[in-house]
Amino acid sequence: MAGGSKNVAEMHPGEVGIVSGFTDDHLSVKLMEMGCLPGAAVRFNFTAPFGDPVCISVSGYELSLRLEEAATISILD
Amino acid sequence: MTSSRKPKIALVGNPNSGKSSLFNHLTGLNQKIGNFPGVTVEKRTGHSQLPDGTTADIIDLPGIYSIYPRSLDEQIVAEVLLDHHSPSAPDKIVVIVDGTNLKRGFLLLTQIIDMGLPTILALNMMDLAAKAGISYDFNALSKKIGVPVVAINARKGVGLDELKKLMVKPLTPTEKPVFSIWPEAESAVKELRATLNVDNDYEAYQFLEQPNSLKFLGAAGQGTVTNIRNKYSFFPGKFQGAETIQRYSFIQDLLNDVTLKASDHSWKKNSSRLDRIVTHKVWGYLIFFALLFLIFQSIFAWAQVPMDLIDLGFAKLSSFLGSVLPAGPLSSLVAEGLIPGIGGIMIFIPQIAILFAFISVLEESGYMARVVFLMDKVMRKFGLNGKSVVPLMSGVACAIPAIMATRTIENWKERTITIFVTPLMSCSARLPVFTILVALIVPDEKAWGFFNLQGLALMGLYLLGFVAALTSAYVMKLLIRVKERSYLIMELPTYRIPKWSNVGYTILEKTKAFVLEAGKVIMAISVILWVLASYGPGDAMSKARENVLEESKNLRLTEQGLEDRVAAYKLEHSYAGVIGKGIEPIIRPLGYDWKIGIALITSFAAREVFVGTMATIYSIGSVNEDDAATIKDRMKEEVNPETGGPRFTPATGFSLLVFYTFAMQCMSTIAVVYRETKGWKWPLIQLAYMTTLAYVSAFAVFHLLS
Repeated sequence: MAGGSKNVAEMHPGEVGIVSGFTDDHLSVKLMEMGCLPGAAVRFNFTAPFGDPVCISVSGYELSLRLEEAATISILD
Repeated sequence: MTSSRKPKIALVGNPNSGKSSLFNHLTGLNQKIGNFPGVTVEKRTGHSQLPDGTTADIIDLPGIYSIYPRSLDEQIVAEVLLDHHSPSAPDKIVVIVDGTNLKRGFLLLTQIIDMGLPTILALNMMDLAAKAGISYDFNALSKKIGVPVVAINARKGVGLDELKKLMVKPLTPTEKPVFSIWPEAESAVKELRATLNVDNDYEAYQFLEQPNSLKFLGAAGQGTVTNIRNKYSFFPGKFQGAETIQRYSFIQDLLNDVTLKASDHSWKKNSSRLDRIVTHKVWGYLIFFALLFLIFQSIFAWAQVPMDLIDLGFAKLSSFLGSVLPAGPLSSLVAEGLIPGIGGIMIFIPQIAILFAFISVLEESGYMARVVFLMDKVMRKFGLNGKSVVPLMSGVACAIPAIMATRTIENWKERTITIFVTPLMSCSARLPVFTILVALIVPDEKAWGFFNLQGLALMGLYLLGFVAALTSAYVMKLLIRVKERSYLIMELPTYRIPKWSNVGYTILEKTKAFVLEAGKVIMAISVILWVLASYGPGDAMSKARENVLEESKNLRLTEQGLEDRVAAYKLEHSYAGVIGKGIEPIIRPLGYDWKIGIALITSFAAREVFVGTMATIYSIGSVNEDDAATIKDRMKEEVNPETGGPRFTPATGFSLLVFYTFAMQCMSTIAVVYRETKGWKWPLIQLAYMTTLAYVSAFAVFHLLS
C-alpha cells in the first residue's frame, strides 16, 4: 500500500515491527485469520536454511510463510 | 428432536487446539472413519455416553481457522455447518479454543455463534494458561457471548464431565450476533431468507459469500442463490477482510473485559531455542536425515519379523485349508485365491503401523511442521511441497502407507503430484527381484578395490527410482495447470511430548482404513489373477498330469520333480500362460520371451511374485526366496533358442531391472491411489505413464547393451 514502507520479507532476524497493512487482498484475509492483524507486533524470528520460508511471531503464535507471502505484509518502519 | 434420535455433536476448532485429544477422550475405542456424503474428505465419528443415559454421536471435523474455506478440508466444515436442515446436521457444536491464546480461536467462535448454531465453548489447555499467569472471568465471558463456557484439559481428560453435562442441556441460539451483516447485503439477505427459508441473517450472508460450499442446496437452490447474487451485484469475498477486522475489534473489547490477569505472552518464551537447532542449516538437516534413517531402518528391520510371521501364517492356513477342504474349484479359490489375497493385504500391516507410529509422533510433537519448513524451498522447485518429503521417503519401504501419508498436503496439485511420483521410489517389494537379477548379471567383483559391484548396481537402481520421481514431478509441474494458488502459511506449533494414546488411535485408525478400503479392491484383483492362473482353454489343464507323464516318461523324475513339471505345464497352458504367449510380440523388443511374459503378468499383482513365477516356470519347484541361488543357477542355464546363447544376457537382465524399477506392478498401490484420489482417473494415468516409462526405458537399455 503506502509506497516506501517496509515489508516483513525485508526484516532481519530478531527485528520487531508493527503490521500496517497488506498488499494482497487474497492473502490478507488468510493472514488476518492466522492472527496477523494490522496493529499487531510482528517479530521476524529466523529463516529456513535457504532463506525461505521464514518464521515470524505474531499474536502469540509462530507462523511460517514463504518470502513471497511475507512481502505482502507491510510494517511501520 | 428429543430422545427418539441420537444427538449429534460436532467438535470444531483451530488446528493444534486439542480437538483430536478431546475426541479420543470422549469416544475411546468407539470411533470409525467414514466419508462425508458426496465429498472426498474423511470424517471421524464416535459414540460417547452422556450423563442422562443417552449416547451421543461425536463428529470430529478437520481443524480450521475460519468459516471462510480455502482448502477442501475447510470447505467440508463450512458445508456441514451451513447445512442446518439436513438430517446429518449436528445438533450442537463444541468449539475448542486454546486457552493460552483466545484471540484467534474466538474468530471462529464468533462466526459459528453468528450462524445461529447451538454452541458450547470449551477452553482447552487452561493448565498452561494458569502457568503463564493468565486467568479469565468465565461468567462474564459466558454472558457476553451468550454461550456456556467450560474449562477443560483435553490431554488429561479433565473437565469432560462438565462438558458432557452441557451437551445434555438445551441450548438457545444467540439472538444478538457479534457481526451485523453489511447494509449493502441486507436486501439480498432478506430476499434469500424469504425464498430459501434460511433461519438466520449471517447464514444467509454465508450463502452469498460461499458459492462453492452449497452443494447441499441442489442445483435449483444454488441457482436461486446465484440469481439473488447477480440481482444485487454481490461479489463473494469483497467484504471478508473488513468482517475479520470488525470481529477482531469485538474480540479485543471482549478480552479486555473478561481477562482478569493477562500474561505478557510475548514471543520471548515461545520462540524456542530448540528451533534454532532443528532448523539450523547443518544440524537441522543432520537431525532430519538421522530421523529418516531411523524410520527407514525400522520399517525394514522391525517389520520383517511380524511380516514373515503373517506370511507364514497365511501360507500355513492356505495349505491347511487346501488339505482339509474337499477338493474342487471353490476350495481352490478359497485356499489359493482368497486366503493368499487376504494375506497379501495383511502383510503390509506391520509396515503401515510402524510408519504411522512415526508419522504420528512427529506430527504430535510438532516436529513435522519443521520438516516442512526445512524442505519447502527445495521441494517447490519440483512442483512438490515441503510436506511431500515424508511420503517420498516412506515410499522406499512401501508405497501404500506413503500414499496415505500425502493427506497432510493441502494443495491439490502438489498432493496429486506427490501421489503420482511416490510409486517410483524403489519399495521393498522390488528388492527380491533386484537381488536375483543383479546376482545373475553383475559379476561379484570389487570395483576400485573396495566397492562391491553388485552393491553399486543395487544402489544405482534406488537412485534411478529417486531421480525418476523428481524428474516426473518436475514434468508434471509444467503439465498440470491449475488456478489454485500455492502458498505456505502454516503455524509452527509449540513442541510437546506426544500423547501416546493419540498415537495409538492413529495407528489403529489408519491400519483399519487401509485393510478395509484398499483391501476390497486387492481381493477382487487376487481372485481374477487366481482364475487366470488356474484355468486354461481346452482340456490342457485337466490333462496336465497325463501330458507331463507322457513327455517325461524317459526321465526318472522324483515325486517333487514331477509335481513341479505339472505345475509348470499348468501355468504354461493357463490363461495367464496364453496371455504370456499372446504378449510375446510386445515384449520381444525388450529381450523377453513368453516365460518372462508370464512373470510380468503375474507380478503385476505384486513385484515379488516375479521370483516365485520364475521358480515355477523353470520347474525348480518350491524354492523359497532364501534359496535364490538355485533359481539363479537355473536361470543362468536357460538357453535362448534363437541365439543359442544364454537367455539372461546383460542386455535382457538390465532391461528387466529397469522395467521393474519403473513399472507400476502393484495392485495394492493402484487400489490405494484409487481410494485416495476417489476415482480411476489418476491410478489409470499413473499405470499408463509408469508402464510406458518402464517399456521405453527397458527397450532403450536392451538395445544399447545388445
